[in-house]
This record gives sequence, C-alpha cells and structure tokens, in this order.
Amino acid sequence: MSKWQCVVCGLIYDEAQGWPEDGIAAGTKWQDVPEDWVCPDCGVGKADFEMIEIA
Amino acid sequence: MSSKPLVIVGTGLAGYNLAREWRKLDSSTPLLLISADDGRSYSKPMLSTGFAKNKQADELVMADVGAMAEQLNAEIRTHTPVTRIEPDAKRLWLGAEAIDYRDLVLALGADPIALDIPGDAADHVYAINDLEDYARFRAAIDGKQRVLLMGAGLIGCEFANDLTSGGLQVSVVAPCDQVMPGLIQPQAAEAVQHALQALGVAFHLGPVVSRLSRDGAALRAELSDGTVLACDAVVSAVGLRPRTQLAAAAGLTLGRGIAVDRQLQSSAAHIYALGDCAEVAGLNLQYVMPLMSCARALAKTLAGEPTAVSYGPMPVVVKTPACPLVVSPPPAGSAGQWSVEGEAPDLRILCKDASGALLGFNLTGGCVSERMALNKSLPAVLA
Repeated sequence: MSKWQCVVCGLIYDEAQGWPEDGIAAGTKWQDVPEDWVCPDCGVGKADFEMIEIA
Repeated sequence: MSSKPLVIVGTGLAGYNLAREWRKLDSSTPLLLISADDGRSYSKPMLSTGFAKNKQADELVMADVGAMAEQLNAEIRTHTPVTRIEPDAKRLWLGAEAIDYRDLVLALGADPIALDIPGDAADHVYAINDLEDYARFRAAIDGKQRVLLMGAGLIGCEFANDLTSGGLQVSVVAPCDQVMPGLIQPQAAEAVQHALQALGVAFHLGPVVSRLSRDGAALRAELSDGTVLACDAVVSAVGLRPRTQLAAAAGLTLGRGIAVDRQLQSSAAHIYALGDCAEVAGLNLQYVMPLMSCARALAKTLAGEPTAVSYGPMPVVVKTPACPLVVSPPPAGSAGQWSVEGEAPDLRILCKDASGALLGFNLTGGCVSERMALNKSLPAVLA
C-alpha cells in the first residue's frame, strides 16, 4: 500500500484508507482510482499527485 | 552571454505551478521569479482549513524559498515589488534596477476588497488572503474568542466553518438574504446555513457593519439594523479584486482582470497572465482548477508549442465540512430550469435545459458523492 500526495495542496491519498466519501473503497490502489477523481481539497486531477514515501 | 530569462512575477499557486509545468518542458532557459512576499510555497486553499486542523502558518509551508529555487532551477527574488514594465523594450524595473526578459508572466493574484468602516478600529479588521495574513490573524486571535466575519460568500462560509471548528465563536454579518448568493440555490444555501448554525455560527444576514470601535480590550460593532455585537477581531471576506495596477500602468488591456486570450497572451507581445489576476477569454475564475489548466497550457506555449487553454467541467468543492457542498454553476447566460431532489441536508439540485441536458448543479451533504457521475454530463466551461 502506498500514499500519494497532491503537489498542489498537500492532501494525501492513502491506498489503505481509500476515499469512502467518493465511493473509493479502502485498499484501492492509486492506479485503480478513477481517472476523473479530483482532489477533494483543491480540485486538481490525478496527474497532480505524486508518490510519497511512507513514514 | 546568457540568454534572457523567463520572468514570472508572483510565487503563489499560479506562479509556482506554471514554473513547475514549464520546467518539465524546458530545463535550460534561465528562470527568474519575483515575489512581493517571502516566496514560501504553500497552498492557498489550506488557508481556509487551517484552524480546524490547528495549523500554524509555518506548518502550512510545503517548501521554503531555497528548496523552490533548487527544485525549479530558478533565481527567486523575495520581498521585491515590480515597479514598472516597459513592454516595447521587454524590460521591467525593480525600483532602479532594470531586468530584460524573454517573456514575462504576470501571476499577481488578487487583493481583498477593503471596506471603509467608520470608527477607530479599522486596524482590527483582517483579510486572510495569503500565508502572512494567516499568520497575522492567528497571532491576533491567540487567547481570544469572538470573531465577527464580514461576508457570507464561498470564502466567508469556509472561514465560518473552519474558525468555529477551531474553537472560535463566529458571527457572520453580510448584506444578503442567503449564504453564497449568486453562487448556489436558496435550498442549498439553507442547508449550509443550518449546518453552520448547528455548529455554533451566528448569522446576521441583511445588515452591514456600520461602525466599528474599540471598547476596552474588545471591539464594538454596530450593524445597520441596530444590532450591537461585541467581538475581539473582525475578518473581512467580502471578495477579491484582480491585481491589475502594474498592467494598467504599462498600458495593457484590462477586463475584470488583465485581459488575455486563450493562449494567456495579453494585449502586449511577450506578456502573459494567469491565475486570479487574469481574465482569460472573458472569464475571471478565482479557483485552483482553471489556474492549473492555464499553467499547463502556458507552459507549452512558453516552451515553443502554442497551446490554447480549454476548461472542461469545473465543479467547485466548497470546504464546509458541516454540510459538504459541490457547485457547478450553469454557464453564464444559459437558460435552465432548476429542480430540487432529496431532503436537507442531502440535496441534489440540478439545472437542465429544455431538452433535459444538464447545465449545472448544487450537491449538498451525502449527495456530493454523485459529482463524478454528474460531471460526465456537464458542458465544458471553455470548450
């Protein structure tokens, strides 16, 4: 499981948690998140997320 | 002799994201960024979620100026106002220092509209428009409790939610009969207002603050309907005005912002603009999503591949966790019929044209999760 961070606003998508509010189940890999999913904090798309190291 | 630099004025989301996108395409042309502030990289949307997360200004910083300079292979001048532009000479002035540019990008942002309020306490009115403002307000409210918030627009509602969640006592004063007038339908406004009230926000919709005076260590606000409120600080969130003074003095064409075409080109050759300061093909949209679209298109243009910006559907996520809200306003001038489904706080409010095609929506509460599905049917904002 990896974490991805929005380079625009810093929001973190954690694959282990998914994003249940948008119907993305816990454990959903980043590659399987729908292409049109947008950052809930700042509204940018998947292309503006980058992988970050897990602490 | 080294080549002339690309110069970007402004190190907010527009300036830094353009620089980042452009550096992906051009790693060698010199890049100079000029900032009126300290050049730290942060995300402006975080300014209206910082109290609930109990974040100090320093904790919102994503990279300091040194790290940005290295990452972007750029020179970054901080606390440096640009005093003048000479478009014909492709030159700008920092006081007495002249800089020749290859291309110039204005990413200046917008200024908070300042209301002139009678009384002796104008210096206790805070607008929270950048990281330094945020730091100042946090320091001012430290150990205090009562905030009078002027404005019930999108940012006003976000601050009302955030400050209350952060433990402050908030009264909203705004001369309108619903929250976010002009942006959302009355039913959605009611749902948001109700949720904010349940959180503890007091609303005074209708009047304005007609006088603000010192009252011992506190402040006394007189409203135009006769109400008197005691508070410790005032936050003004009554709107932003694109920063156009520099462009105006250089003779550039203005609209509601620095007027640029779909290649982000102003009326002067080699001068471009994007972000909150720009009116792009007639649209001044002060949101992150259009800004990012512009940054990507302009990066290509500046790297030698002229590219027009286009905007797809761009719903706005309003950060009011008490009642989540996503808004996609129908295109200006479109004739649509609104319908309301669901029960507050979970509302699906849709705007459709005569043929039943979706033009826009307001989704609240649990219905916000439908936005992705609905986006597919929305018209593009700038096709």
